[in-house]
Amino acid sequence: MADKPSDEKILEGLAEIVEEVAGVSPDDVTPEKSFVDDLDIDSLSMVEIAVQAEDKFGVKIPDDELANLKTVGDAVKYVSAHV
Amino acid sequence: MTALRITQGAAATRLLGVGSHQPERVVTNDDLSKIMDTTDEWIRERVGIRERRFAAKDELLVDMAVIAGSKALADAGLAPSDVDTVILANCTMPTPIPNGAAQVADRIGVKAAGAFDLNAACAGFCYALNTASDLVRAGSARRVLVIGAEKLTDWVEPTDRANAIIFADGAGAAVVGPAETPGIGPVVWGSAGDLVDMIYMRDDRWIYQEGQSVFRWATTQIAPIALRALEVAGLQPSDVDVLIPHQANLRIVEAIAKRLRAKGAREDMVVADDIVHSGNTSSASIPMAMDHMRAAGRVKPGDVALLIGFGAGLSYAGQAVICP
Repeated sequence: MADKPSDEKILEGLAEIVEEVAGVSPDDVTPEKSFVDDLDIDSLSMVEIAVQAEDKFGVKIPDDELANLKTVGDAVKYVSAHV
Repeated sequence: MTALRITQGAAATRLLGVGSHQPERVVTNDDLSKIMDTTDEWIRERVGIRERRFAAKDELLVDMAVIAGSKALADAGLAPSDVDTVILANCTMPTPIPNGAAQVADRIGVKAAGAFDLNAACAGFCYALNTASDLVRAGSARRVLVIGAEKLTDWVEPTDRANAIIFADGAGAAVVGPAETPGIGPVVWGSAGDLVDMIYMRDDRWIYQEGQSVFRWATTQIAPIALRALEVAGLQPSDVDVLIPHQANLRIVEAIAKRLRAKGAREDMVVADDIVHSGNTSSASIPMAMDHMRAAGRVKPGDVALLIGFGAGLSYAGQAVICP
């Protein structure tokens, strides 16, 4: 089994996904940012981000869990705990 | 034991003609923002719709079906007597009894037609198209008029900002008949009844959807089914001239197109975006899109079109066809 990715690696990977899905600059994707309020990402884009994150990190992010991922930091923590 | 004689049908089938009908009344996003908490920008970003058509109180589902069906017959250059079976795909009749197909057949002038309604929600047209094709191939029918018609506004709470912005009214139709060379490919269809709660009538009255779950299902599970529909027809993704997914949400349509292009579909493949001006008309959306795109010159006779319907049930069906 591959080594578990560091939080920095997960953040970097998430930033790439957020850029591809929503056109947000990776520099803006920092842990304290709220997806909805700061990055202006809507609920359907969140699903696209979740689907791509599942493929990239090999985790499952069900819709009811997705609702709890308010900030980029929440998502990094979730992926890190489930990878 | 006595053996029964059975029918022999056509070796292959094709689409002989298409037609569609929309109600007169255009409803813009600004119109909707006057009766609910929404904006033009919000709607365009979430679902890609700019305007849709709502039927008048006295314009019924069967009325729209009759007009679309008659246009499809005319497009095929056929008289009502050339057809012996009518399938009406829909999920929004005002009452379960009587069905709509018998009335539609009678009003179009198809005498004593084999006529039945088929409910596979937004997958209904593709289900009905395959059923029609198989009836002709088996010899149960000579030619079949297949119609998808919906009056969704009867079943959407008028100020529900999640659904009233999406659903609309209209009808689309196609005539299926025998052919020398196959113009309707084998269907890939199925259902996922375990996910029934994702789209249903809340309180037995108003359409309700788990938006995020439906979006995830449609954007991840439908493209693989569309690819299988190509495979069983002996086609490659690069063979597709026109992609006509059910017009559920422009973002779903674009997500399906993106996944197909990642598997080799061409960049110049035409992708149906009829939802922009028609909204989501459930079982009517695919034939209506084909008819509108052909009228606009975006679809030509002989083009390979990939149809894929998906919706409540959950149910899905897709097939490759040659455009008439």
